[in-house]
Amino acid sequence: MELLSGADMIARFLQDEGVEYIYGYPGGAALHIYDALFRQDKVKHILVRHEQAATHAADGYARASGKPGVVLVTSGPGATNAVTGIATAYMDSIPMVVICGQVMSHLIGDDAFQETDIVGVTRPIVKHSFSIKHPSEIPEVLKKAFYLASTGRPGPVVVDIPKDMTSPTERYEYVYPKKVKLRSYNPVTRGHTGQIKKAVELMLKAKRPVFYTGGGVVSGGASEALTDLVRRLGYPITTTLMGIGAYPQGDRQCLGWLGMHGSYESNMAMHHADLIIAIGARFDDRVTNNTSKFCPTAKIIHVDIDPSSVSKTVRADVPIVGPAGSVINEMISLVQGKEIAHPEALGEWWQKVDGWREERVGKLYEPSGPGEKIKPQEVIEAMCRVTRGEAFVTTDVGQHQMFAAQYYKFDKPNRFITSGGLGTMGFGFPAAMGIKQNFPEDQVICVTGEGSFQMMMQELSTCKQYGVGVKIVNLNNASLGMVRQWQDLNYKSRHAHSYMESLPDFQKLIEAYGFTALRVETLDELEPALERTFADKHELVFLDVQVDPREHVYPMQVPLGSMRDMLLSKTERT
Amino acid sequence: MRHIISILMENEPGALSRVVGLFAQRNYNIETLNVAPTEDPSLSRLTVTTVGDDRVIEQITKHLNKLIDVVKLVDLTEGNHIERELMLVKVKALGAARDEVKRTADIFRAQIVDVTASLYTVQITGDAGKLDAFLQAMAPIGILEVARTGVSGIARGDKVLSL
Repeated sequence: MELLSGADMIARFLQDEGVEYIYGYPGGAALHIYDALFRQDKVKHILVRHEQAATHAADGYARASGKPGVVLVTSGPGATNAVTGIATAYMDSIPMVVICGQVMSHLIGDDAFQETDIVGVTRPIVKHSFSIKHPSEIPEVLKKAFYLASTGRPGPVVVDIPKDMTSPTERYEYVYPKKVKLRSYNPVTRGHTGQIKKAVELMLKAKRPVFYTGGGVVSGGASEALTDLVRRLGYPITTTLMGIGAYPQGDRQCLGWLGMHGSYESNMAMHHADLIIAIGARFDDRVTNNTSKFCPTAKIIHVDIDPSSVSKTVRADVPIVGPAGSVINEMISLVQGKEIAHPEALGEWWQKVDGWREERVGKLYEPSGPGEKIKPQEVIEAMCRVTRGEAFVTTDVGQHQMFAAQYYKFDKPNRFITSGGLGTMGFGFPAAMGIKQNFPEDQVICVTGEGSFQMMMQELSTCKQYGVGVKIVNLNNASLGMVRQWQDLNYKSRHAHSYMESLPDFQKLIEAYGFTALRVETLDELEPALERTFADKHELVFLDVQVDPREHVYPMQVPLGSMRDMLLSKTERT
Repeated sequence: MRHIISILMENEPGALSRVVGLFAQRNYNIETLNVAPTEDPSLSRLTVTTVGDDRVIEQITKHLNKLIDVVKLVDLTEGNHIERELMLVKVKALGAARDEVKRTADIFRAQIVDVTASLYTVQITGDAGKLDAFLQAMAPIGILEVARTGVSGIARGDKVLSL
């Protein structure tokens, strides 16, 4: 029998759970825990410069590795600073455990120094939360937290630990709980066989089918199974922003991604389909546009692990509650050896789909002319060439995010890492940090803009401390591009606070931290600068590219319209 | 349509706030709410009445089921059920009204549980409609205070909500 203090139990538990990295920032209520972490060397603590960055770094780590990200913050402001990152993880269903220090239990409710009811504050943005009432509960509660965060539909779990629960003078028996049981939590492990049969019958009979798959396929590790199923049937597939890479984008059957700024062919195919096979996607408003005009001729099969996602915004004809992987595998076994009922109709469907695809070839954007500013799209295309489409790409939020998603081609899941649900500016850089630590031999690029980057640029210091060699590609248009675009479209180009005056000299700023920064103004400088940026994968390089601020992201769905109602450029619409 | 949802949930701090918070967060209605521990001290039973179309009610039950603290739930309005609410009312009872209150209470099978020189405290049990009717009958006489528990309910017949 081993007697440990609460703080030592936390450190030991994290070791026993196999946690490699923990991202955090110390403070009064967390000091016993920090001391326990200091006295061991298995779990590496990464000291960030702001708690929001700790959550984003843990989030990036979780998305790239599939393991829960772990965060440690102190009470009060430490915990509230983490809130944006918790909400980001919640919206994108990312497994994360956030351990928050809390004031001593006898002070709770007294408005004590650095006291916040963080369980209350985070209640709507967590999968679950715990408050420790006695030190002896710590191992079991932490085990429950990790179990909840990483099973079923994953999500963030907050564990609030009052300082006296971690006191070094009180010791209790520690046993690592190998298993936990929660009587009210039994995530589904497979879909309903009858429903899956019904779905497969519809799939085999479809004349104009489209797969529409999302982040659930990525987080469910079901990419290979999906690729197998889609190839067997020979149907077109479009993914959500969160589902990018679940099916290789270089493949002929992949139409790219769909929705507000999705590809023309994806949105057209969805609108005209007679069957939509949705897997691990949630019919988000940025995908469906106006739900009353959504895919008028389609029957809908909806596979999701979360019953509350099914028929939430769009009613499913065949709902299937189950994990993407097992449902897809069951579908494969039912499809095996069977022929589709209407091969000639599928042929006609592909002619239509290919027609839509060809319509836009060479018309996606106007390349920059001589003497003109570089187009942001050109930067992403060049970046994709130089890194052979193999890098991890994180983004912040706005035009650069959409351009990165449109023009970098991903053939693997978990490579495009973005805040899709919450749309959190400042996400990209710390997320890249978290990924790079798990994949030191890969190129990890944060595509950002000068607006987003300035929200989390203090993390340059963290990168310096731990030698994190991420690449930062700054599409610098000296304005908040997406806000500006909406102002151009809806506010007669009145650019209310969407410009960025008094930008820092990024080169000097980066150099102040001891890193390399490059600045590019013309297209002929671009490719050599990118080559230089990616020359040494262990070196942090900041590439500041001056891009055309007038550029808009197209296609763009017309508000309140159907999926096929899109602006295609500043002058064309469907 | 009005629905009565009964929930068995962990009798733990914070569980109630998760249920109530869910309704606020997702813009659902709470008409009445009633909660107390059950014969199993680890479980509380919470009964909520809410209004919504089928789609909304389906979402409410799905989201409630997703809460880790919710162990089991039933929409009582899906089948035959018994629905009760308890109400305590203080009404003016002076002069002729003193008899009138007593008579009306008898008609409604209500009991007078406390008496002063100037008022009666009446206890009445029934479904929400009956309680509303009693209040309507008392209104001309003068209602001084009302305390209602909110609806509690149970399914008719052999159906049992338990673990």
